[in-house]
Amino acid sequence: MTDGYGKPLPVPDEGSRPFFDGAAAGRLMLQRCVPCGQWMWPVAPRCIACMSGDIEWAPSAGLGTLYSFSLVHQVYHPGFAEEVPYNVAFVDLDEGVRVTTNVVGVAHQDLRVGLRLQAVFEPIAEGIFLPRFRSVA
Amino acid sequence: MTRGSIAIAGLGMTEMGKVYGRTATDFAAEAIALALDDAGLAMHEVDGLLVHGNLSPEMNANLQLVLGFRDLSVLSTMSAFGSTSATLMQYAEHVIGSAQAEVVVMVYADAPLQQGGSAGAAYAAERRVTGMDSLDHAYGFYGANIGYAMAARRHMELYGTTSEQLGAVAVAQRQWAMRNQRAQMRTPMTIADHQASRWVAEPLHLLDCCLVSNGAVAVVVTSAVRARSLRQPPVYVLGTGQAAPGDSRRTDREPGIHTGAAASGKRAFAAAGVGPGDFDLLELYDCYTYTVLVTIEDYGFCAKGEGGAFVEDGRLGPGGSLPTNTGGGQLSAYYMWGFTPLSEAIVQARGQAGERQVDPHELVLVSGNGGFLNYHGTIVLSRREP
Ligand SMILES: [Zn+2]
Repeated sequence: MTDGYGKPLPVPDEGSRPFFDGAAAGRLMLQRCVPCGQWMWPVAPRCIACMSGDIEWAPSAGLGTLYSFSLVHQVYHPGFAEEVPYNVAFVDLDEGVRVTTNVVGVAHQDLRVGLRLQAVFEPIAEGIFLPRFRSVA
Repeated sequence: MTRGSIAIAGLGMTEMGKVYGRTATDFAAEAIALALDDAGLAMHEVDGLLVHGNLSPEMNANLQLVLGFRDLSVLSTMSAFGSTSATLMQYAEHVIGSAQAEVVVMVYADAPLQQGGSAGAAYAAERRVTGMDSLDHAYGFYGANIGYAMAARRHMELYGTTSEQLGAVAVAQRQWAMRNQRAQMRTPMTIADHQASRWVAEPLHLLDCCLVSNGAVAVVVTSAVRARSLRQPPVYVLGTGQAAPGDSRRTDREPGIHTGAAASGKRAFAAAGVGPGDFDLLELYDCYTYTVLVTIEDYGFCAKGEGGAFVEDGRLGPGGSLPTNTGGGQLSAYYMWGFTPLSEAIVQARGQAGERQVDPHELVLVSGNGGFLNYHGTIVLSRREP
């Protein structure tokens, strides 16, 4: 799986470690504000709703609906050259946050705004798992 | 702020497009010299310099030292991405209105195109990003095209907007560009051409996307009283407005559908004492065809969701009832961010647009837009003294 993976790899850092550790364990971990419950994507220095510094990492249920998507034809990076067109998507998680992702296992012509989706976790390099979404149906 | 107490007195435009071997600073210097000459002002009369911050590392307050301006009372770089033209103008209103400065020059310049390089490569330099921000590239999310494509897809889904309707915006602007010597793209275009152009990021075709240009535009702003004593017919600034609704990825907002044009427009219209029905022509920020369509809706020229039907009959083109982006805009003429619509608005309001001149041309609406439809600015200009 990791052989010949030519696309850009995410670069986990200190602030995002729980997200990538969670993905490796099959969980979509996101930041959540303790006082007000606001979820966040991506990481934020403080709560984006109330500016509290009291933020925890918590597992999202990983369920959401397809907000919008694009089929990308332009090759912005050689790693995608064999794959164009590929989809890039925004998914509205049930927790109220809009995440960037790819939808997997759905043919281009079957992609529809409003599709019910579930997070899946794909190993792309040693120890690195990328959360993507597949159709629930 | 007294309505119309400041006016645009000078406009300078360099050659724009695939002009190689020059720096942003070099372009900026030429545009400013042209703008001062246009106004009939000398360098020593300038007491304010406002630099449009963009992706060029040269566009900052150091420009004063490089160009040799002395004893300025106002100097700043402002950056609100594509809405910066309006934020600069709003600041000029305040510093001229409060007599902090009398002759303010504002300048946009950039030279991202390299000979032999593609337009796509111009702004695509890899940044070193880590953490969750590095996920974008892992997912293949690069640059602005994909974000605007998703906004357009959502609009299509909610309201039935079609690619052909977006194409109508591109075709209308190409018709205008064919009447503009400065335009980079002057060959005729049909809806069929638009449909046949390659996909960049569905639902956006290549002909839905703006150009990239090297060059500069400078604008001289002064008090209305002073402007009346100068060389060019004054173009009065009746009102400005900004809005930054924010996109913190919370699902209770749709920043790609309901943009800052709504609030920014309301603020500028209130300051100017006008409404959407009063404008003779529109110069709207057009990084994409979709941006024009959604901006027209949010300014209130038609209801939300009806932009597609509104633009598809050629209304925006030459001979249409709502002339829009009359120089060809950033889609077909030149890409100077918010200084593209601003420059064409000045030319039209003065009545100097030659074969593409719109008549009447009393009241002109100018918009700026930046980010993924995140930042918005509005300027209301008038040929008539208020
Ligand atoms: Zn909070």
